[in-house]
Amino acid sequence: MAMDDVQVKDGVDAETVEAVKALSGAYKYGWNTEIEMEYAPKGLSEDIVRLISSKNDEPEWMLDWRLAAYRRWLELIEPDWAMVDYPKIDFQDQYYYARPKSMEEKPKSLDDVDPKLLETYKKLGIPLKEQALLAGVEAPEGERRVAVDAVFDSVSVGTTFQAELMKAGVIFCSISEAIREHPELVRKYLGTVVPVSDNYYATLNCAVFSDGSFVYIPPGVRCPMELSTYFRINAENTGQFERTLIIADKESYVSYLEGCTAPQRDIAQLHAAVVELIALDDAEIKYSTVQNWYPGDENGKGGIYNFVTKRADCRGDRSKVMWTQVETGSAVTWKYPSCVLRGNDSQGEFYSIAIANNMQQADTGTKMVHLGKNTKSRIVSKGISAGKAQNTYRGLVSMHPKAKNSRNFTQCDSLLIGDKCGAHTVPYIEVKNNSSRVEHEATTSKVDDDQLFYCRSRGMGEEDAVALVVNGFCKEVLQALPMEFAMEAQALVAISLEGSVG
Amino acid sequence: MVASSPKLISDRALHDAELISNSGAWAKNARQSASARAQEQGLPQRRDEYWKYTRPDLFVQKNVALIPQARPEISIFADQMKTEIEFKNAKLAADDLPEIDNCKIESLSNACALDLHWVQDIYGKLELAGQNPVKRSLAALNTAMATEGLLVHAKGQVSSPIRIHSVSIGSIDAVIHHVVKVEAGASVTLIETGQYGARSNVVIEVEVADTGSFHHIRIQDGQESHMLTHIFASIGADAKFKSFTLTADCKMTRNECILELVGDNSSVTVAGACLGDSNFHHDDTVFITHDAVNCESRQVFKKVLRNGAVGVFQGKILVKAGAQKTDGYQISQSLLLDEDSQFLAKPELEIYADDVACSHGSTSGAIDEEALFYLRSRGVPEPKAVDLLTLSFIAQAIGEIEDPDLAQAILSYLTDILEAR
Repeated sequence: MAMDDVQVKDGVDAETVEAVKALSGAYKYGWNTEIEMEYAPKGLSEDIVRLISSKNDEPEWMLDWRLAAYRRWLELIEPDWAMVDYPKIDFQDQYYYARPKSMEEKPKSLDDVDPKLLETYKKLGIPLKEQALLAGVEAPEGERRVAVDAVFDSVSVGTTFQAELMKAGVIFCSISEAIREHPELVRKYLGTVVPVSDNYYATLNCAVFSDGSFVYIPPGVRCPMELSTYFRINAENTGQFERTLIIADKESYVSYLEGCTAPQRDIAQLHAAVVELIALDDAEIKYSTVQNWYPGDENGKGGIYNFVTKRADCRGDRSKVMWTQVETGSAVTWKYPSCVLRGNDSQGEFYSIAIANNMQQADTGTKMVHLGKNTKSRIVSKGISAGKAQNTYRGLVSMHPKAKNSRNFTQCDSLLIGDKCGAHTVPYIEVKNNSSRVEHEATTSKVDDDQLFYCRSRGMGEEDAVALVVNGFCKEVLQALPMEFAMEAQALVAISLEGSVG
Repeated sequence: MVASSPKLISDRALHDAELISNSGAWAKNARQSASARAQEQGLPQRRDEYWKYTRPDLFVQKNVALIPQARPEISIFADQMKTEIEFKNAKLAADDLPEIDNCKIESLSNACALDLHWVQDIYGKLELAGQNPVKRSLAALNTAMATEGLLVHAKGQVSSPIRIHSVSIGSIDAVIHHVVKVEAGASVTLIETGQYGARSNVVIEVEVADTGSFHHIRIQDGQESHMLTHIFASIGADAKFKSFTLTADCKMTRNECILELVGDNSSVTVAGACLGDSNFHHDDTVFITHDAVNCESRQVFKKVLRNGAVGVFQGKILVKAGAQKTDGYQISQSLLLDEDSQFLAKPELEIYADDVACSHGSTSGAIDEEALFYLRSRGVPEPKAVDLLTLSFIAQAIGEIEDPDLAQAILSYLTDILEAR
């Protein structure tokens, strides 16, 4: 529906009109920016790995690490256990490196960045060019600020608020920069949570990752603002392989947000990221994702294959990691943000909403591996299937013999909208000591007719009513999101289900 | 997958020419196709997802010396039984089988010699249907090799339960295959007690016609035994299927139950209780397929484990597209009495219909200290209090047994076991 044609009635304020406009178009990030790109040759080989490494001015040890990963990858077999079905990926028919031409010389400041690029992020609603970025200008008192690292295809195009964060001792930069500037930290932690040989896509990522974000919070520091990365796949036939490494040193705290979009294209694109979180004694990391990659059209054409390895290591005692994810995009999702609860009294939490509509397939969940004493974990997963989509929750809760007095609570609920879709639950529960308590419950149901009727009888349209009921179903997870994201996520839930009723 | 050596389970060769040539036409066909199926599937491997928590090699290794110790004869079900059939060392003890009203009982070996028999429509057929999506090659092997078993054809209400009691001495490998056919409106209860062999591979195929009803109760208590069982059942409309298994102190058991609801408005229950001590590994694997409207399925499993015992539960509810109004329920709980025991569970749902209510729950934990304290403060000695709490924990699974007399018999048998240990 073209919103411009709609007559706005008196008394409706501009904000409402804007909000409704924003909600119309099925996938509002589907446009594509015409930017001159520089590509590495198609295909994957040792030379490509060397090329990526040299483009990033990497030291020798990093190249060796990548090459070892590449050689390992050649010996691995692509996994097929997930309940997803997609044509075989031709790894030689992809670009592994694409960057905007204007980035050949690394820009000194955001002012040197191609205006078209900045325009892209502006369109996405990412305030890359924060006014406070200008030296000395402070943001108004009380306003929440977010530092952003924006990754465009293979490279990071800009990181905001770096100087201000530096004052607090926080390092927030692209990973390529971190490899050059802070090699001691990168060498100490990279690959210690997700080892090089972890799985097929993680190994591939180790070999060809081009950029991503790096965060280090020093001991005792509470990061003064939310950190955020924004990923955009723009170029065609390009895989995005970003790598994120977050280290929260003793008694520190950080909240990190991640958003992703891609243009609407007929050909499926691969996204294989690795995210590693490390929480030392008493540290806390909050990691939130709104994943809204292009999901493909209603016939399943195009879209992103989202094969991501995310894992947190609660290495220190009393450390805490919280994963929150809203998964609405991608044609195929294969993602299990996990926590290794190694430190005594450490905590892991996982809150997830996964919405699959049309021909989308999602196989997602978490692993909570309890190794330390008195560790706690909580899993709340809400899966929603509509159209012809398949949505699977797959998770593991493992209590090792030494994880005495540990506790887990798992709740995974599935909601079905329509009789052509599927909702599946595949939990693994392994309890190897008796002082720990594990509770797991799962339900599957359809949207409650009574609730729908109640909404309809009060004059709501059917789609609005479904969106409202679904938002209620997801409430526990939405509440776990930082405020800015919660609003966006609610709107996303409504958009993702458009056309799924009637 | 490359098929491994066909020489397994027993020393009898799979392609035993004698076995096939002595069979009647239907049996020859069934055995040959099952044999080909097993060859193609190969043996289960430890890395198979389907065998994630239980070692399949323990069921197929050769020359495992297991000498079962006979349990003192227990009087369980003594009052209820009128029809008893005995198996001795993995063979039917007597040729003449009891004749009862509304039901015909025959031996598999006799039926195999005939060229035509009603069992040809079921034997190996339900097992074949149950090979999807997971390969169960050990069940296919059973179909190919089994010569012993009962064929029970219930044509009306069978008033008293049929009990199969088996006794074995020494390292006996048993391959047993029972077939039960329940006609429309008929109902029958089958009880299995004792142990067929030191190592047993048992398949039961059950066809329940519309409005039929089948009840199954099984006691597994052979101390030094390895037991692998499969139940394959197909359930018609307005019908009922209930199976309960009590497992106490077997060394290694895996009970697979593969049910398919093909008619509307039916209900099935698979329940199990196990008491595991030290060198004990027990695996319940259940796969229930809903392919009809308005059916109910229940899976209720309770495991009490101590001294390093391991309990496994793999349960799945598959609701096919169109199987609306399905009510699926699944609960698996374990009570770990000490630090060394383990509970491993994989409760799955796979759902392709929207108007359904499916749920599963799984819990694991130690005995409730507060409840224990309550009992002790009222003068109950600790071991007795633990037994009481154990019994109350298991009670839900026993509550799934329809016949109150049988449920009571099992409860008192359990009390005896707990007191004895």
